[in-house]
Amino acid sequence: MKYLFPILFLCVVASARAQAPDARAQAPDVLLQKVRARLDQVNDYQATGIMKTNVPFLKVPEAQVTIYFKRPDKLKIRNDKGISLVPRGAVTISLNNLLRGAYTVLDAGSDTTGGHKVRVIKLLPQDDNADLVLSTLYIDEPRLLILKARTTTRENGTYEVEMSYGKYLAYALPDRVIFTFNTKDYKLPKGLTFDYDDGSKKNTPAAPARGKVELDYQSYSINKGVQDSVFQ
Amino acid sequence: MWTLLRLELFKIFRRPRTYIPFGAIAAMILIIQLGLKFDGRSYLELMMSSLSDSFLIPYNMIMNGYLVAFVILNTLLIQVPLLVALVAGDIIAGEANMGTLRSLVIRPVSRTRLLLVKFYASVIYTVALLVWMALLALLLSMLLFGTNDMMIARNTVMEQIRSSDVLWRYFAAFGYATVALSTVAALAFLLSVFADNSIGPIVSTISIVIVLTILSEMRIPLYDNTVKPWLFTSHMLAWKGFFYSRSDGQGAAIPGTVENLPAILRSLGVLLLYIVGFVTAAIVSFKKKDILS
Repeated sequence: MKYLFPILFLCVVASARAQAPDARAQAPDVLLQKVRARLDQVNDYQATGIMKTNVPFLKVPEAQVTIYFKRPDKLKIRNDKGISLVPRGAVTISLNNLLRGAYTVLDAGSDTTGGHKVRVIKLLPQDDNADLVLSTLYIDEPRLLILKARTTTRENGTYEVEMSYGKYLAYALPDRVIFTFNTKDYKLPKGLTFDYDDGSKKNTPAAPARGKVELDYQSYSINKGVQDSVFQ
Repeated sequence: MWTLLRLELFKIFRRPRTYIPFGAIAAMILIIQLGLKFDGRSYLELMMSSLSDSFLIPYNMIMNGYLVAFVILNTLLIQVPLLVALVAGDIIAGEANMGTLRSLVIRPVSRTRLLLVKFYASVIYTVALLVWMALLALLLSMLLFGTNDMMIARNTVMEQIRSSDVLWRYFAAFGYATVALSTVAALAFLLSVFADNSIGPIVSTISIVIVLTILSEMRIPLYDNTVKPWLFTSHMLAWKGFFYSRSDGQGAAIPGTVENLPAILRSLGVLLLYIVGFVTAAIVSFKKKDILS
C-alpha cells in the first residue's frame, strides 16, 4: 500500500509527458529558421532530371529536363530537346519562396509522412492581399528537411509538393519531387478539332481533376554559378 | 498499258486547268503560313486557353513547322477532295463533251483496260497534288518555323509527340490521305461515266462529299452506330489517327506507338472497298454504255 501512491504518481507524470508537447520540440519559427539556414547552403544549382506528367487531359511523353535555381527565388525547368509544359505553381510556389515571405507561424502538432515522423507547421501570410492563403509544411525535425508542403492559393486552388531525399541530403536537395495541383476542365469543340472518331469508347476524365508531375533528379551541380540569362 | 497511261497523263497535264488546284493549294498554304507566322500565338491561345491557367506554355516553341503542317492538313484535307474532283470528274465526261470518247473506244483496247488506265491517271494526279501539298505544307513550314515537339489539340486531350517521332507519322498520314483522296477520285470517276459534260460529275462529287462530311461530323446516337461507320467521309479523317499515341498506365504518351491502329486499318479497308466498288461500277456501266458522242 505504501508503494501505491508513488507508482500512481509516476504513472500520472509519465502519461502527462506523453500527452504534452515535447519539451525538447523547438518553437515553430526557430525550426523554420533552421530549415531555411539549411536550404541557404545552396546558392544555385543546375540539375538534370526526368519529368513525368500525369494529367487526365494531357498525353505527353517523359521528358529529360534541366532545372536551374538561383537564390533567392529564381527557378526554371527547361527541356532542351523539346517542349515541356511546366505547372505554374511548380515555379511560383517553390520552397524558397515559401520560406522567405512574411508569415505568422503556427505549430500544428505532429504527423507521419512517408514513414517519417514530422512536425506540422502552418504559415499564414501577413499580407491580406497575398495570393497564398495558407501553407502547411511537414518537417522532418531531426534532419531539418521539408518532406511535404501543401499550399492553398486564392486563385489556383491547392498545390502539394512531396519530396524524398537521398544522394543530396547534405544540401537538403531532393532526389524526387511529386507536385500535385488542381486543373481545369479541358474540352474543345469537335468542329474545331475535327477529331478522327475511331469508334472506341473514350474515357472522359471527370472534371475538374488533379494533375501530378513527378520530377526525378539524376544529378546536381551545386554552387557552381548559374547565369541570370537562363531565367529569362 | 504504260503507253496508254502516259498518254492519259499527257492529256491531263497538258490542260491549263489541271494546274489550278496546284495554284490554289499553294495560295491557301502560303496564306495559312503567313497568318500563323504573324498571329500564330492567338491561334494557340484559343486552342490552349484551358491549359494556360495551370501551365506555363512556351507558345513560341509550340508554334513550329510540324504543328503548322498539321493545321494546314486539317484545313486543306477538307478542300482538296474538291480539287481532286476537278480532274477525276472530267476524265471521261470531258472526252464525251469533246466528242473524242467514241474514237477512243473503237481503238483495239478493251473498255476495262481503258477505264483502268484513266482511273490510274486520276490517282497519279491525286498523288501529285498530295506530294505538292506535302512539299509546301511540311517542308516549307519546317523551313519557315523550325521543328520541335508537336502538340495536337484533340476534343478532350492534348497530345505531345517528340520531334524525333513525328516524321514517320507524316509519311503514314500522307500515304493514308492518298487512299482517302483516291476514294473521292473514284467517286468522281464513276459519276463521270454517266455524264456528257464534266460540270455534272464535278458538282455532284463536291456536293456528295460536302453533305456526307457534314453527316460524318454530326452526333445522332442511332445513326452514329448504323449509317455513320459506312460513310466513306467518316473514314477519310483516319490519317489523324497516326498522330494519336498510346499512353502508359500513368497517362504518359509512348513514343512510336499509334493509339488505335486496328481502327485505322479498318478505315483503310472501308475506303479500299469503296474504291473497288466505285471503279467496278464505273467499268460495268461503261461496258454497257452505248457511246454516241
